[in-house]
Amino acid sequence: MKILYGLYSDPEKVQLAVDTLNAATSELKFNPRQIIIVSGEPHEGYDFAESHLTSLPYRWAVLGGAIGALSGYFLTTLTQKAYPIATGGMPIAPAWTDGIIIYELTMLGAILMTFIVLLRGARLPNFKGVITDPEVWAGKILVGVVDPPQDAQSVLEKCLLQAGATQVKQSSGAPGKLASKGT
Amino acid sequence: MQITAEQIEKDLLRPIFKTGRKYLVAVGLATSLVLAGMAAFGYQVYTGIGVWGINSPVFWAFDITNFVFWIGISHAGTLISAILRLTNATWRRPVTRCAEAITVFSLLIGGLIPLCHIGRPWLGYWMIPYPSQRGIWPNFRSPLEWDFFAIATYLIGSTTFLYLPAIPDFAAVRDAAKGLRKRIYSILSLGWQGTPRQWQRLEIAMHIMAIAIVPVAVSVHTIVSWDFAMTLIPMWHTTIFGPYFVVGAIFSGVAALILAMALLRRFLHLEEYLKPLHFNNLGKLLLTMSLLWFYCIFAEFLTTWYGNTPSEMAVFWENVRHNFAPLFWTMVVCNFVIPVPILAMKKLRTVTGTAIASCTIVIGMWIERFLIIVPALDHKFLPYSWGTYRPTLVEDILMASTFGFMTLLYLSFTKFVPMISVWEMKVGLQPRGGGILTTEAPGEKRHGLVLEGPLPTDVEE
Repeated sequence: MKILYGLYSDPEKVQLAVDTLNAATSELKFNPRQIIIVSGEPHEGYDFAESHLTSLPYRWAVLGGAIGALSGYFLTTLTQKAYPIATGGMPIAPAWTDGIIIYELTMLGAILMTFIVLLRGARLPNFKGVITDPEVWAGKILVGVVDPPQDAQSVLEKCLLQAGATQVKQSSGAPGKLASKGT
Repeated sequence: MQITAEQIEKDLLRPIFKTGRKYLVAVGLATSLVLAGMAAFGYQVYTGIGVWGINSPVFWAFDITNFVFWIGISHAGTLISAILRLTNATWRRPVTRCAEAITVFSLLIGGLIPLCHIGRPWLGYWMIPYPSQRGIWPNFRSPLEWDFFAIATYLIGSTTFLYLPAIPDFAAVRDAAKGLRKRIYSILSLGWQGTPRQWQRLEIAMHIMAIAIVPVAVSVHTIVSWDFAMTLIPMWHTTIFGPYFVVGAIFSGVAALILAMALLRRFLHLEEYLKPLHFNNLGKLLLTMSLLWFYCIFAEFLTTWYGNTPSEMAVFWENVRHNFAPLFWTMVVCNFVIPVPILAMKKLRTVTGTAIASCTIVIGMWIERFLIIVPALDHKFLPYSWGTYRPTLVEDILMASTFGFMTLLYLSFTKFVPMISVWEMKVGLQPRGGGILTTEAPGEKRHGLVLEGPLPTDVEE
């Protein structure tokens, strides 16, 4: 995997670079999905940062809660009824006390589902091809194109620089390693 | 001086890569307490639970005191962190991880205590519901079974709540580390990159978790209170126990959080991050909790005194005038008389002031847990069954070792995870709202600019 990327210190310039790259996709023959942005912190209020807004995780959490509640119900009510317990006339599956277990398992279901949905939504774990640069952790934002078309590299480099990149780098190889050439 | 992202990175990752002499001394002290506790526990398992001071009628004493105390301490962390996240309080950033770690570790310690108490800890799995051939089925009517589910849910939820925002910081450590450490952090960070999609998903997940964890936290200590309130023992069988325990838990938890923050600030040199403002704000919360705690105690004792039931009055006078009076009044002094003036005066609500108040509160709240349990048990309804309780050396050592274990876990944690969320601190550097274009209305999405004209073609190949 090759990546050509620029480092930016200003999110507004990142937006400019992303929009420029998006506008150039057809002319330079690459897919918008090849554009990558990496930052050391979230940036609220910019198109590039909010293009993945979704309410789906909330719905999944509710579903997780429902699954948890059902599990609680099965665990308490059905198993108690199925198990030969002598209760001396007491209700075998009292709603008040079973409700406590069902409540806890409802919340547990929602929590676990949220975790699973996060992993899936954020495409984690991903141990192959981690794109990063030490400068990202020092506050820079990386904007680049993964596997850029060979004949468009110099134009892309120019685009990144014109958008305000403080540095343009090229990297290839193993995850996390950026044996890069700087410009 | 304006702090930079690079400086934040450097300051907050430093404790992971460098180990000072003070740290090693502290680890040594904590480890010796844990070893002493392990020896005492080994002796108890070998000899039998008779080495404890418990006997008829006091079958619950130090162990359950420690259980309630540590579960209470766990309340500060995740609950406070979740509430501050939900209200988007910006001053929360340096506080949340310190708090969340307290929750996870104190829950772990709290959860271990019932295992010690059952005498045969290797049979602890009997609490887990599964159809067994022994003919034993967990009794879902028992508050102890509710405890199991509540604490397990809270522990899983709190661990997830601690882990999720730590993922980007693990990635930061991964990229700063070499060798084996790099490999470990690569696994812990799950291959985090920091793409907008990942940040979005993380923030949504944290929001959902914050919503879910608050009711769980409240339920946990309510259920712990029901261990007592569901029994027909004088002073226990009362409806106020749920809220009273929750108030006490948050009270002791905030105090423990302030203490931990004060120690971290001093020993990890985090003065730039854990500022007097944070202690001032948490001090105000602690003051509120102190007043609420006093209100709960007053309401509980007033109702007992007004009702004048002989069995309850026996426990009442045990606490207020007789055997347990020294402990009772020490508790009032530690939880109310000392902290309230300190926390009420802005001049005294400093780092040192809040730490002193927190120290007395932690002591006072441990005594409070003890006084809830022991006087009521040794003065039940029938005077002929009244008894006394004195802790043995084994119990004292086990109690001290829980504090050592907590310290050891917390210290170890500081070596693996940045104690202040690095990425959240960096978010704090951004202009409020994160944007630059100020002409748009608040909340309106900013639109990017596009380079005018054709794509650059004057590029040298």
